[in-house]
Amino acid sequence: MSTAKKGMSIERKSNLTGWLFVSLAVIMIFVFYFYPMFQALLLSFKSGTGMNLQFTGIDNYKRLFSDITFITALKNTFIYLIIQVPIMIILALFISVLLNNSQLKLKGFFRTAIFLPAVTSLVAYSVIFKYLFATDGLVNKLLMNIHLIQTPIAWITDPFWAKVTIIIAITWRWTGYNMIFYLSSLQNIDNSIYEAARIDGASATRQFFGITIPLLKPIILFTSITSTIGTLQLFDEVVNITKGGPGNSTLSISQYIYNLSFKYSSDFGYAATVSYSIVVIIIILAFLQFKLAGDDK
Amino acid sequence: MSNIKKVGMYVFLSVCAFISIFPFLWMLTSSTNVSADVTKGRILPGSHLFENIKNLFESVDISNALLNSAKVSISTTLLSLLIASLAGFGFEIYRSKARDAVFSILLLSMMIPFAAIMIPLFQMFGKISNVVPFVGIDTLSGVVLPTVVTAFLIFFFRQNAKMFPKDLLEAGRIDGLTEIGLFFKVFMPTMKTTYAAAGIITFMSSWNNYLWPLIVLQSPENQTVPLLISTLGSAYSPDYGMIMTAIVISTIPTALVFFFMQKHFVAGMTGSVK
Repeated sequence: MSTAKKGMSIERKSNLTGWLFVSLAVIMIFVFYFYPMFQALLLSFKSGTGMNLQFTGIDNYKRLFSDITFITALKNTFIYLIIQVPIMIILALFISVLLNNSQLKLKGFFRTAIFLPAVTSLVAYSVIFKYLFATDGLVNKLLMNIHLIQTPIAWITDPFWAKVTIIIAITWRWTGYNMIFYLSSLQNIDNSIYEAARIDGASATRQFFGITIPLLKPIILFTSITSTIGTLQLFDEVVNITKGGPGNSTLSISQYIYNLSFKYSSDFGYAATVSYSIVVIIIILAFLQFKLAGDDK
Repeated sequence: MSNIKKVGMYVFLSVCAFISIFPFLWMLTSSTNVSADVTKGRILPGSHLFENIKNLFESVDISNALLNSAKVSISTTLLSLLIASLAGFGFEIYRSKARDAVFSILLLSMMIPFAAIMIPLFQMFGKISNVVPFVGIDTLSGVVLPTVVTAFLIFFFRQNAKMFPKDLLEAGRIDGLTEIGLFFKVFMPTMKTTYAAAGIITFMSSWNNYLWPLIVLQSPENQTVPLLISTLGSAYSPDYGMIMTAIVISTIPTALVFFFMQKHFVAGMTGSVK
């Protein structure tokens, strides 16, 4: 009886220690993530300027569906998402498979070089890209020199090319970052699996789709979810390369939320409503990605 | 592998490497050229580096911005590592059903986009300003506080703590160490690589953070480096040589941290993915 009691108290003590270790982090996550999230929900039902907010029910949500700027921002963000994320993930996968080749020389150089963009700050690389892709910038000069184009492309000032520039920029910055995740998972794959496949006569392409992709599935899922969330929050690049222009043609949702809150008339309530649209989209997309990846298992 | 395929592979990787490196090279050479040469498309290094540095330090207060960024990133990194590793250790070593449930809830915060919480955070810090002025709006501690703890970092430490040899804890307990003593004297020294990788990630993202400082900081003397670069970059008639010099200087700290700790970084990342 007495030993049982003693056992309980040790268990309880260890339980309390466990809570003490995690307490600070848990409190901070709740204060700086979940509480603001709840506040944003309340805000999304209010409207007004600055700190003078009145409860207006679902008016903001009605406004959302007829707000042309919001729909433009949503469209732009989806274009970035649908085109950029797959291109980047396929490119990163392809490069990492090449770098994992045991016969490859200069492996370290290639890996470091391709990872290097991930070291730069988003603002710094955006400013560099803005200058490189200026109409009289180096990219146009280069393309004209090798006679790929006759007249300079308006990379920044044409609504179509401005989107292309943003997509090129994000792909440049993040491909190497994603590659590192694939490379480290590839190194964990037992080489004998490939040897067995080779003996069975499987081509390199068959090996890629039959072995590499299925084994990397969890990490591909992880990187596609983080890239999706990242793209939905796109801000630094758009602000510093195109300022959202020309005429909102590159505006992202995050930038619109920022403009609504701090540039226009400070409509915090409506800005919160717009921000909840991203939350809903993230939940839906993450759910879909999990479903897609989970089906084959 | 056939020779054609081999050549193709090297050509492809070289093109990728060139595209990745070129903007850096251009940034470096442009920082040594005068603005007019940069506009003309000169890509070779020039002899105007010191002139650009002089112009930069005379026209904007970059030394102050560097100091602010250093204060913010170093304090964010130290606090992050401590708080997140305490939590990662707690969740993994003292496992219980209740704590595992709390951990799952914490992971949900990774899905919260910053844009969705920035307005309430701004209001929160506005209210804090009225009570404790030195952690509210327009203060460096205001920049640090909400970015200190991320669920990703807690997850990262917990994943790595799975590989921590638990026998060491028993041995420490027999030697009479308290639980908190075990954390500081046994866990921390053993997990150096994990701390290095987490430190690099946190330092870099803090040094490069743009949106939250843009919202919370107002006066020019509190500006961090990304805010300064952004202002310089949007100038109506930019001095390209000088701006490139500013970007080079702003990239040096993160590049140094990365190159000196690259090995730990890759090892740490691999550990967390396993």
